[in-house]
Amino acid sequence: MLCSSAVLLTATACGGGGSSASGGDDNTITWWHNSNNEPGKGYYEQVAADFEAANPGVTVEVVAMAHEDMVDKLEAAFQSGDVPDVYMERGGGELADHVEAGLVRDLSEDASEEIDKIGGSVAGWQVEDQTYALPFSVGVVGFWYNTELFQQAGITAPPATMEELTAAIETLKGAGITPISLGAGDKWPAAHYWYYAAVRACSEDVLTDAVTSLDFTDPCFVQAGEEVQTVIDTEPFNPGFLTTPAQEGATSASGLLATGQVAMELTGHWEPGVMQGLTEDGQGLGAKTGWFPFPAVEGGEGDPQAQLGGGDAWAVAQEAPDAAVDLVKYLLSDEVQTGFAENDMGLPTNPAAAGAVSDPALAQLLEVRDAAPYVQLYFDTAFGASVGGAMNDAIALQFAGEATPQDIVDQTQQAADQEQ
Amino acid sequence: MTSQGAVTAADPGAAVTRRADARRVTGRSARGTGRPGRDRTRQRLEILFFVAPALTLMALFVVYPVFSAARMSFYRWKGFGPMVDFVGLQNYVRVLADDVFTDAVVHNFVIVFASILVQLPLGLALALLLNRRIRGRGLLRTIIFVPYVLAEVIAGVVWFQLLQPRSGLLETMLTSVGFPVPEQGFLGTPDLALATVFVVLTWKYLGLAVLLFLAGLQGVPDELHEAAQLDGASWWQVQRRIAVPLLAPTIRTWCFLSMIGSLQLFDMVWILTGGGPANATTTMATYLVSQGTQRSNFGIAGAASVVLFLIGFAMAVAYQFLVLRRDTKADA
Repeated sequence: MLCSSAVLLTATACGGGGSSASGGDDNTITWWHNSNNEPGKGYYEQVAADFEAANPGVTVEVVAMAHEDMVDKLEAAFQSGDVPDVYMERGGGELADHVEAGLVRDLSEDASEEIDKIGGSVAGWQVEDQTYALPFSVGVVGFWYNTELFQQAGITAPPATMEELTAAIETLKGAGITPISLGAGDKWPAAHYWYYAAVRACSEDVLTDAVTSLDFTDPCFVQAGEEVQTVIDTEPFNPGFLTTPAQEGATSASGLLATGQVAMELTGHWEPGVMQGLTEDGQGLGAKTGWFPFPAVEGGEGDPQAQLGGGDAWAVAQEAPDAAVDLVKYLLSDEVQTGFAENDMGLPTNPAAAGAVSDPALAQLLEVRDAAPYVQLYFDTAFGASVGGAMNDAIALQFAGEATPQDIVDQTQQAADQEQ
Repeated sequence: MTSQGAVTAADPGAAVTRRADARRVTGRSARGTGRPGRDRTRQRLEILFFVAPALTLMALFVVYPVFSAARMSFYRWKGFGPMVDFVGLQNYVRVLADDVFTDAVVHNFVIVFASILVQLPLGLALALLLNRRIRGRGLLRTIIFVPYVLAEVIAGVVWFQLLQPRSGLLETMLTSVGFPVPEQGFLGTPDLALATVFVVLTWKYLGLAVLLFLAGLQGVPDELHEAAQLDGASWWQVQRRIAVPLLAPTIRTWCFLSMIGSLQLFDMVWILTGGGPANATTTMATYLVSQGTQRSNFGIAGAASVVLFLIGFAMAVAYQFLVLRRDTKADA
């Protein structure tokens, strides 16, 4: 489940037909992706056809499937070792495990040009300084809010500090509006609060070190929990938030925001697409959609401009033919990334495509992302499922009032020590 | 289920063997063609032929997974790559030392005993009532049995929506008559969540109990009822002295099914709460799914599944030995 929803369109559709993984011969490339709705599906078919035309003799077998189906099938593919030639990686600890098992091809040499062009965003897909996947869409987490409800409560500017956030919460409650929806049933939405507080409380060095050393002794991690506690203490969440799902159905956290029942929600760049899928008119919040970054934390070592985020990258299976690397390079080319941006399929990583994003909300996020000194990969992805899962569990317990900021650090450290 | 299939498939074969033995003793061939020795080989092959499909399926889908889970439980393994990191009993130590798992075991046993204490009397009472000739009996039986026929996932989603805090039908109804509802909803309050799940499970599975008991009551001979009535026994006395005692084997079987079902409880919990809030409704099955498929701790999940298997096996054997034995004895 870990932040697996880095997709813009989660509306259900049938999974792809063929289940064949890497085809035997060198001229057939299997490519799995999760853009199974238009315009993404058609666009990628076109991309594959263009690639085939430019590389005579090469056949690209495109398999488009719903995101959850793809994740399940990929897991089975990793278990059997029969991995599709080109597939999606979320980076972090998960990728490191795949690298360790010898399933992913090192792209550092073959795609050095593309890696340079993408710049800092590739960091989440590097293991020991080698790059194993090329991120094609990287988004950031922040508060999506209902501008109309903020106005109704008399809040003129989105909160920029923690005090302003708690003040806004009180104002909204005073106006009879539930301030925040939270899908703590899925745990990661609750964990995002803690992650972001840690990004604000800890310096970049501390966080970078923690990802590799799995050492959480720096006091800023406890401070992060304390900041989250001040938010929890204002009781801002929708009733029953402990079992509320993140984004499935109208009663999910996203659904509550989309239907105007709460004022805001902390979640990823995919939110507008999710909300569109959850409203009858397909508009989501429409023109009432607003976004503001996670507020600054007083006395925090972190840069208030730094963001928490994550994304998807194209990876090549270890056994794949060389043509698969060419396909991935083509997918990151100015041409394909621009088309990707024009179709509002995500937040492109190739700077050449930045101007092509038409959706205003996505364009704003892109600006925020590119202005950020660094984008911290979601901790659960960065630390891998085992440590990240233990961390999310402990954070969810804090939201239920059954864990202290120190407990979160202790339990994460314990899970990390068991990994060593 | 698979084991039952295997037994039924094997039964005709067993009968054939016995007949062959009888022939050997009398020294006569039934058909007078072929020698007895060749006949026996052929019959053994026949047995093998008919039993093989069932045995293959059982080996593939029951025996192999059980052994592979047991093997997994001794390794640290993330779900791909070779299984090489042997850790001995460490996974078992972690599972048994994990509060979330021990709480999950407690939750399973709460459901086991609550099911028997609540659903048994309730199901029995309904079965006795529905066994009388009352108006609309067919309709009432259907109403009680429908939840059981409904797929568990669908029932779970329906109840999840009914139980929504504030907007859900149940809370709307309760508040409209002035009944206090919990601030975080029934499923969102840690102290109430397990009880709420149990109520939904009772709604779902009462139908099975009633159905089984009604079927059992059909087996109570009418003559006994008539004789008792002639002797001037009241309806209540007839039920207490005749119907319920004669229903005892059915009740014991139901208890067994209910116990095993409660130990394996997964679907309803997964849909209603996912094990939350604050791990208040975890079961052994939700624990092993969240450790295995969600966190890629397949060794831990393997160890948890072995513990679940052993608990289930021990309880099944104990129940068979202590309670069900008299039923099987009576048959023999």
